[in-house]
Amino acid sequence: MAPYEPEQDTTEADELSAGRRKAARYVVPLAVAGVAAATIGLVPALATSGDPDLPKITAQELIEKIAASDTEQLSGTVKISTDLGLPSFGSGLTGGFAPGGGDEGGKGAADPSAKLMELASGTHTLRIAADGPDKQKLSVLDDAAEYSLIHNGDDVWAYDSASNEAYHAKDGGRAGADKSHRGGKGAGKDLPKELPATPKEFAEQALKAAEKSSTSVEVDGSAQVAGRDAYRLVLKPKDSGSTVGQITIAVDEKTGTPLKFTLSPAGGGSAVVDAGFTKVDFGKPSAATFDFKPAKGTKVTEEDGKDGRSGRPGHSGEDFEGFKGEGPEGLNVIGDGWTSIAELKLPGGQGLPTSAAGSDEVPQEAAKFLDSLGDKVNGDFGSGTVFKTRLINALVTDDGKVYVGAVTKDALVKAANAAQ
Amino acid sequence: MSRAEVTAGAAGASGADGVRAATAATAKETDTGHPAGPGSPPRPVRLAWTLGLLRSELSITFRRWRTLALLAVLAAVPVLVGIAVKIETGDGGSVGGGGPDGGGGPAFIAQVTNNGLFLVFTALAATLPFFLPMAIGVVAGDAIAGEASAGTLRYLLVAPAGRTRLLLVKYATALTFCLVATLVVAASALAVGALLFPLGEVTTISGTRISFSDGLLRALLIALVVAASLIGVSALGLFVSTMTSSGIAAMATTVGLLITVQILDQIPQLHAIHPYLFSHYWLSFADLMRDPVYWDDLVKNLGLQALYAGVFGSAAWARFGVKDIAS
Repeated sequence: MAPYEPEQDTTEADELSAGRRKAARYVVPLAVAGVAAATIGLVPALATSGDPDLPKITAQELIEKIAASDTEQLSGTVKISTDLGLPSFGSGLTGGFAPGGGDEGGKGAADPSAKLMELASGTHTLRIAADGPDKQKLSVLDDAAEYSLIHNGDDVWAYDSASNEAYHAKDGGRAGADKSHRGGKGAGKDLPKELPATPKEFAEQALKAAEKSSTSVEVDGSAQVAGRDAYRLVLKPKDSGSTVGQITIAVDEKTGTPLKFTLSPAGGGSAVVDAGFTKVDFGKPSAATFDFKPAKGTKVTEEDGKDGRSGRPGHSGEDFEGFKGEGPEGLNVIGDGWTSIAELKLPGGQGLPTSAAGSDEVPQEAAKFLDSLGDKVNGDFGSGTVFKTRLINALVTDDGKVYVGAVTKDALVKAANAAQ
Repeated sequence: MSRAEVTAGAAGASGADGVRAATAATAKETDTGHPAGPGSPPRPVRLAWTLGLLRSELSITFRRWRTLALLAVLAAVPVLVGIAVKIETGDGGSVGGGGPDGGGGPAFIAQVTNNGLFLVFTALAATLPFFLPMAIGVVAGDAIAGEASAGTLRYLLVAPAGRTRLLLVKYATALTFCLVATLVVAASALAVGALLFPLGEVTTISGTRISFSDGLLRALLIALVVAASLIGVSALGLFVSTMTSSGIAAMATTVGLLITVQILDQIPQLHAIHPYLFSHYWLSFADLMRDPVYWDDLVKNLGLQALYAGVFGSAAWARFGVKDIAS
């Protein structure tokens, strides 16, 4: 055979077999693709299938474990997915909500409150490192950029590598940095320091409090989080009317550190908030991690100290705690526990601008657009508009009252009727 | 042993450029149909042959005006970026400080003024989405189809290169070009950066500091990762190249596929397929500038490139092995 003929000797084979041989060669790439697809599909399935076999433990023992946890040094990667079911307006609306985002030109892009607001939607990868109460670092990993919040002794630095801008605050910002650093998960770590109670007492108190706010607390099996064995602590509201289905906290079996926090809505579907470690290491992070000096040419915005202190924690922490806590005039909380509803009066055109609120600052078109986002409801209280997300619903009545809570639409209407 | 093998072996050993001439010369004789048996020559000869063929391929590829022009264009990108940044920040302003989202432009551009080393990263981030893969697409797409359209493919095969070996040599050439092209961009950027901007301690994007030599090492690693990111495109280009005997068509198809994939990667509704697009994790090379390095996406990127190389490489083999070579 001449060497430039095809590699198979097809001269003697008939057409059919030649075709078969041609086809047979294509089996190789298909097989490679198939094996890869199978691997991609199967490996995660296999990895998650085996829940660790841990000794049984009661809810109280588990809470004691959390309270007794003295994890001070850790570093790891956290993935946070938030799906509040808000309509996607992109960053424009988020920026508008976040103080210091758009209108306050004086603050740089490295201002923490604006940046942390972004975490309220979508999926983000975070890195955290902590070494005792004086050194913490939180980094938000962006595409080819990173936003770091560093607390080291008296200094709080925020560094945005995309714009090469830094933000500096003296110890005054500490409360804010601490809180944002811990997020929702780490709250348990702070508690033992703040409460004089022993872990056991704390667990009892916590369970009692849960009982009072009609929460069922139980340990529901185990899970693997970031390659570590963990118990799943499940909190469920007993009341109907709450939009919160359940809250699951995965607690590390060895150290008692909460590793994963999941908030599922009552309506089913994917979790509203899902934050958990994908990698965690309880070793001491390298000291250089917390060392930040702005390089020459980095634009540094100095925080003047006073005005940051009060406002910051509200925006940096959990998604809606700050919303409630910001305290416009006339805030009134109806009910308690899971189904509590905040009632507030709209002062003039502030807050949520709707046509219903009779605001003259909002153009008619914008008001109409806002109306189209909500549902019109009527009741004994008159009429109003309900704005829905997957977790929080808000009723804005035509006479300028707002009812907000993690409750269903019916519960809001009921509360509004009762308030009349 | 046929005459072709002897001549080719000699050519391979004596010098790369002889191969084409020798094969062309022997082609006529072999055309008449020597009953070349499957007698395999000893292994060292084969290895020498392969190396000779590879050397010949490399010298032909890198001596082409087209290749040199591509490399020159790539080398010009960092120069342009560097000068633009220098001019814009000449009055003390900073790049990208204006916008609320930290400004546009390629990654790392805000840091270039403080440290010229960042120009390497900026240049790679600027060229990776399009310039680099386009150059690779031209070289890889031309690999087989170019020979076919120039009428030299059959002569290459007449020399007992074997189709699989020829394909491997062509792929190796394309990969070498990936590496050379990336290093050209990086080296040009480093030179421009050193000329126009200060060098010194490097601030990683995590805010920590590393020494300049560490920074250089990371820059080299990044260049290697960027070169490795192009493995998928070159395999795709090679496969396309075996489908047609028109070099231009193969290049155009490869570059067209590249653009299509990049567009698909931008459409949020198609997020389900994004992780399987070869360009999806390209910018993960920036993760090497984090401290500590964030490996997840880098590993995904390299795995994906290996997958593309496996699938399209073997598809090219399947296609090329049984193809009728008419030119």
